[in-house]
Amino acid sequence: MTAQDPVETFRQEAQELLEQIEQGLLDLVHRPSERDLIDAVFRGLHTLKGSGAMFGFDALAAFTHHCETAFDRVRKGEVPASPDLVTVVLAALDHMRALAEGRPASDAEGQALLDRLQQVVATAAPAQSVAAEAPPPATDGGLNHWHIRFSLPADALVNGTRPLPLLDELRELGECRVVAITDAVPPLKDLVSSQCHLAWDVTLITPHGRDAIEDVFLFVIDDMTLDIEAITPSAPATADAAPEVAPVRDVTPVAATASSDDGTAAQAGEGRAAKAGGDTVRVPAERLDEMMDRVGELVIAQSRLKQLAASSSDIALRAVAEEIERLASEMRDTMMVVRMVPIAQLFGRFRRLIHDLARDTGKAIALSTEGEGTELDKTVIERLADPLIHLIRNAADHGLETPEQRRAAGKPEAGQIVLAARQSGAEVVITITDDGRGVDRARVRAKAEENGLIQPGQALSDSELLQLIFAPGFSTAATITNLSGRGVGMDVVKRTIEGLRGAIELTSTPGEGSVVSLRIPLTLAIIDGLLVRVGAGRFVIPLSSVEECVELSPEQDRRSTGRSLITLRDQLVPFIRLRQLFASGQPADPHQKVVVVQAGQERVGLVVDQILGDHQTVIKALSGFHAEVGAFSGATILGDGGVALILDIGSLVASGQRQDTPLRAVG
Amino acid sequence: MTAILTVDDSASIRQAIKIALSGEGYAVTEAANGAEGLDKGAAGGFDLIVTDLNMPVMDGLSMIRELRKRPAGAGVPILFLTTESDADIKAQAKAAGATGWLTKPFDPEQLLRVVRKVLAK
Repeated sequence: MTAQDPVETFRQEAQELLEQIEQGLLDLVHRPSERDLIDAVFRGLHTLKGSGAMFGFDALAAFTHHCETAFDRVRKGEVPASPDLVTVVLAALDHMRALAEGRPASDAEGQALLDRLQQVVATAAPAQSVAAEAPPPATDGGLNHWHIRFSLPADALVNGTRPLPLLDELRELGECRVVAITDAVPPLKDLVSSQCHLAWDVTLITPHGRDAIEDVFLFVIDDMTLDIEAITPSAPATADAAPEVAPVRDVTPVAATASSDDGTAAQAGEGRAAKAGGDTVRVPAERLDEMMDRVGELVIAQSRLKQLAASSSDIALRAVAEEIERLASEMRDTMMVVRMVPIAQLFGRFRRLIHDLARDTGKAIALSTEGEGTELDKTVIERLADPLIHLIRNAADHGLETPEQRRAAGKPEAGQIVLAARQSGAEVVITITDDGRGVDRARVRAKAEENGLIQPGQALSDSELLQLIFAPGFSTAATITNLSGRGVGMDVVKRTIEGLRGAIELTSTPGEGSVVSLRIPLTLAIIDGLLVRVGAGRFVIPLSSVEECVELSPEQDRRSTGRSLITLRDQLVPFIRLRQLFASGQPADPHQKVVVVQAGQERVGLVVDQILGDHQTVIKALSGFHAEVGAFSGATILGDGGVALILDIGSLVASGQRQDTPLRAVG
Repeated sequence: MTAILTVDDSASIRQAIKIALSGEGYAVTEAANGAEGLDKGAAGGFDLIVTDLNMPVMDGLSMIRELRKRPAGAGVPILFLTTESDADIKAQAKAAGATGWLTKPFDPEQLLRVVRKVLAK
């Protein structure tokens, strides 16, 4: 394995630590005296500080130190893990996150957080508030006076230990006076020249602490005698002679109880540590992407081989080709699994969100999660975060009632939000359920009429009415709050989900609550597609959106030139002639086909020249150069080395449904 | 080839240690906590163990105490590399059989110097 930058590793690690700490803090809200939780939070802060200092994140280390100190006092039972403390440290985590990510973090803000922390700790334990102001682990510039006496075992010289370099190292630390103690030197006749009989007395004046001195001796620590004493200078020669408080003691106030707590600390981390256990390897996501690309190319090369083998009569070649086909497909499957991560990662983040939402809205909110072990492609998980945050905000802000309203309605005061995930075939279904007031249909209708989305009095089915919530520019909030009214509507959520080739659906029962369900494909990297030909070009239509294929008879073709509609089992379905859309110069195939696709509730037909068959393929992203061409979501390389573009069904259906579109003008 | 086991719950620290040591030709094996360190250390084959103190599952002190009871772990030099610097803890570490003590943050050069010293003994 090539060396990755440890700083990069630290950044990832810091993120995980911060997440762990956050989870621990949130658990502490409910179980404030649980020893294991306190230890786990403390240890997280401790590691973050230590590793941060190691990799030059000094501001982070110094800041974290204060939180660590506070939690050390919680650990010692001097300060309770009060909700106030948890809230302050949660806020401090955000600051740490910024520091760890190298984002600009305001010092003033950091100081304000520390002041608040100080205040919370001080009010909780006023008698000992002074002790909480432990200085950061740095020497204060004052000089310390040390008396050091050491002696080496008799065989030290034989074993290659030389006293002189030790003394030299001590001299490097500061002003140093060395006296050799010769008391143990035997008479000459008993003297064994290879043995060490000397001891040394050293007076050292140095800015360094005890550990720096011990570091000098660390390599002989196990068989030498060493005494280090802080001394009061006999005559205070220097004005800034340090107070004789032992300098080491208050550097790391953590240490005193560390060993006695180790037993409990050991169990505390077990659950999490098992996850982070030793047989895992950390790999940057780009490398997985690269590997996925290679696998994709392998699959392409393999399908070329398959074609060659098929036209060959060489039995051995065919056997190898089959073997390679099997291996390539297994490798692709393995690769997919490697990219999968449990959705728990994502769900975990929302506990904090709920905590903050409950505080900001004054509502009591209980979040429960189901199916956290459900796995999804890492990229998908990342892209789901924002839409889910928005949906949860909506549920908390608009869905759930205030405690008074809930009591009046005969519901328990705490509103429930349930986040659930489960796999269903090649998709994962995620639902966000709340037991709030449900969607107010009359208000939706009024709002839609006001915004001109529907005609006044227009007849709509219940599901059509609910769909309006996803229309651009729609917002049911009577007042825009700072929680959900961030200029992002449900239409953006819908678009994001469709960008993931997923679907979103809302159901709601007045008075009982709402359910938003998302269907998301397991991965974005591979697609099962229908390969079609339009003119000379080949295109892939995602199989998941294909409903059926029918033939477009020449007669229908002629009849429908004015209005691009075909009748399909008594339903009119608008269609798009891809030949015209893509300006294909070639004459149309006499047996054109219509591929009927569905996106959301809408159906549209795509007229193609030929259907070539199923095609499982690795998706390649389009370059930024092509990003503005809305009709395509990616590209793929075919077995013969040619390129096929993947159609973006969402945007095609949207343009097909608009009756007077430029697309039709082309036709 | 000289084999060194590094035990630390922080992946970035393990990595930094590994980079420093493997650059000098040492073969470095990693363990993410004391229990894992004990398993690997007790299996033998290491010339030196560098361990953290404060770790989940099993801390460094418990690990060294256990390790010193095992045949393969009895004679191996063990260095602590930790943010702790309290004398009491150091004394406990020494009593438990630690060879030396280094404080974090550490300078890779310093680590190498100490490792060379300990291995030369």
